[in-house]
Amino acid sequence: MALAGTAAFWTADEFADWRQAIAAEAAQTYTPRYFTPDEWRFLEAATEQLFPEDETGPGAKALGVVGFIDRQMDTSYGHGGLWFMSGPFQSGPANLGYQLPYAPREIYRIGIAGADQYCRDHYGHAFADLDHPTQIEALTAFEKLPIQFGETLAAGIFFEQLRTNTMEGAFSDPIHGGNRHLGGWVMLGFPGARADFMDWVDQYGPAYPLGSVSISGETA
Amino acid sequence: MTTKNADAIVVGAGWAGSILAKELTEAGLKVVMLERGPDRATAVEGAYPDSIDELRGAIRHRLFQDLSRTTVTIRNKIGQTALPYRQLSAFLPGEGVGGAGLHWSGVHFRAAPDDLALRSNVIARYGQKFIPEGMNLQDYGVTYDELEPFFDKAEKVFGTSGEAYKINGKVVGNGNVFAPSRSDDFPLPPLKDVYTANLFRKAASDAGYHPYSLPAANASRQYTNPYGAQMGPCNFCGYCSGYDCYMYSKASPNVNILPVLRKDPNFTLITRAHVMRVDLDSTKTRATGVTYLDLDSNKEVTITADLVVLGAFQFHNVHLMLLSGIGKPYDAQKNEGVVGRNFVYQTITTSRAWLPENQFTNQFIGTGGGGVAIDDFNSMNFDHGPHGFVGGSPVWVNQAGVKPIAASTIGGGKDAPRWGAGYKKALVNTYRHAMAIDAHGSNMAYRDVFLDLDPTWKNTYGQPLLRMTFDWQDNDIRMNRYVVSQIEPIMKALGATKYELGMLEPGKPFDTRLYQTTHLGGGAVMGDDPNTSAINRYLQSWDVPNVFVIGSNAFPQGMGYNPTGMVAALAYWSAHHIRTTYLKSPGPLVRV
Repeated sequence: MALAGTAAFWTADEFADWRQAIAAEAAQTYTPRYFTPDEWRFLEAATEQLFPEDETGPGAKALGVVGFIDRQMDTSYGHGGLWFMSGPFQSGPANLGYQLPYAPREIYRIGIAGADQYCRDHYGHAFADLDHPTQIEALTAFEKLPIQFGETLAAGIFFEQLRTNTMEGAFSDPIHGGNRHLGGWVMLGFPGARADFMDWVDQYGPAYPLGSVSISGETA
Repeated sequence: MTTKNADAIVVGAGWAGSILAKELTEAGLKVVMLERGPDRATAVEGAYPDSIDELRGAIRHRLFQDLSRTTVTIRNKIGQTALPYRQLSAFLPGEGVGGAGLHWSGVHFRAAPDDLALRSNVIARYGQKFIPEGMNLQDYGVTYDELEPFFDKAEKVFGTSGEAYKINGKVVGNGNVFAPSRSDDFPLPPLKDVYTANLFRKAASDAGYHPYSLPAANASRQYTNPYGAQMGPCNFCGYCSGYDCYMYSKASPNVNILPVLRKDPNFTLITRAHVMRVDLDSTKTRATGVTYLDLDSNKEVTITADLVVLGAFQFHNVHLMLLSGIGKPYDAQKNEGVVGRNFVYQTITTSRAWLPENQFTNQFIGTGGGGVAIDDFNSMNFDHGPHGFVGGSPVWVNQAGVKPIAASTIGGGKDAPRWGAGYKKALVNTYRHAMAIDAHGSNMAYRDVFLDLDPTWKNTYGQPLLRMTFDWQDNDIRMNRYVVSQIEPIMKALGATKYELGMLEPGKPFDTRLYQTTHLGGGAVMGDDPNTSAINRYLQSWDVPNVFVIGSNAFPQGMGYNPTGMVAALAYWSAHHIRTTYLKSPGPLVRV
């Protein structure tokens, strides 16, 4: 039973079933549902640059961020169900917001192909095969330079989509498939689903002493 | 087409709609309340632990408006093409029973008396020339003293926690020295200060300001309201804004009014009913009822009624008036008409202080309405003469519980990397040791800031979207920058190792991509003059007197305070006059 991140998950009022499903899933190697092997390689490399493992804590790979994003592609959000997607589609100044006809899953499909093509054109290899300094250079270009992927997708839109979903994967409850072993929350010092600070409100200064816990009951 | 009948129809199941429905059923009317979203109850959407899921809640909009069906278009100025607001970000209207009143934070203010007659007060103190060209500064047409009993009633229904300063003219406590006298104390004592609020209280006092506990509709103790609805004590879990409170501590229509209303045989709630228009008779001066689309059967249903109350979110009320032909639409070129006129927002910027690493700010602890504020730079509490702007801002620490995905967006400060090396270190340091101080200010109304119907984009029901023409104006940018500059002495008194002041930047247009606040206002404002207001002082349409329009749409300008307390008081005020005067002799409550 693969429920995490599916449409059934988002509409389920009873969470017991998918809690068990996620526990069972977590023990297995994740099989991508949406992304192709080449897309997966790009995402593993790019998300690790956005959120690298270092002395502060785990990186995107250790936290299962790409699996999280893959699951999200299968939700209403991934299909654009949370956005107003009626035409006509017309471009305008950036401060008036997103105006493309693409749902998140399409932004990824077009964006990853465009990013890899950009890297092959400029550096001779797909993104995942570049050395780390070159990967950082490419991501910085996507973030800041007026690069187009295909006809209409600005690299900056793709970059922000990827950055946003990477942070969500690092910091959402592990029930969504990321933040593996609550590594993101432990690093941040967020206690998770404890959600009761009646006795801690007016203890001024010290760090909160109790560790992170997931909605599922998983502890760090 | 099906036709049904009721005495009164209420559109929208948020605070405004629920208060009116309660009052009208008490008056013996058969009331139908229409809500386009699903039914919601705290036992479902608020059930712990599933309710406290940040991704599903605030990030994926569990309780927010379903933009896929309908949205607004936005442009900064006349002549520009407005584009659809395709992703929820700058503001987050609600959907479903409870409306935005289910996912709000809980800050529960009374209006500042000076703000209710701002035009008169500014002219009296500084002269007519003080009002900049193009600013539509107006009075509400109702005074604080008239509204006081209804502020009091709303606080008792909401179970509001706070500390009074003056009751019946006598100083009774350490509340806000700028707050007007009250007829009674808050129903509950103030919430405890979280650490950062307590630091702010001391630092603001050291800086010579007058700190007070924010009035909060988050119960500091167990409470039973006058309707018999019960609230539990807030445990500072931090899941208020964006969530249904699992502790039943945050006031919502769902907890504080609907449990009683649902049992009333005179009350019918119809959900997944998208109101298409208010139906008018051939004279266009009388509403015959409303027509809604049943979202399950996809069929239109008409309900006839003698009285129609629009209690939807601010801009949905304005949209329905424009779609129905209630009142004259505003024409900015000619400066005529009233529906869509005086569309306003608020100016909100966040400043941040970083404390030494042995001080943990535990920002995940919090409550939506709690905190400590100063009003020294709000309303007309300071001399505007030397500054040459109208309006002001409360300044506060309102630590409502910072969740990790939100924290990742805030990041590590202005100079910190947004990703890659150094990002995480700055983020973690900020999350553990920083605190936020907000300037939550007014926004005046202007001739070229307004709402109308978009010429191009339609919702999925084929109706034109509402179009917003909005940008920040010089007066409000200068007000924000002045007030924020006055936070500096607090930063110094806090012992911050580093601080950043967040201000509006001149020349930077309103950015729909960044969350600011859901406190939109105006567009169908109340007043004494039908040429500058869409509704009279009782919130009754000047043009179609059996239609009342309740909400922050009534605000002639955006005040520094959060709007819900004022919306609730106006709802009770309007309901009182409907019950005591209108129902006995239906017709205009104000004759021009």
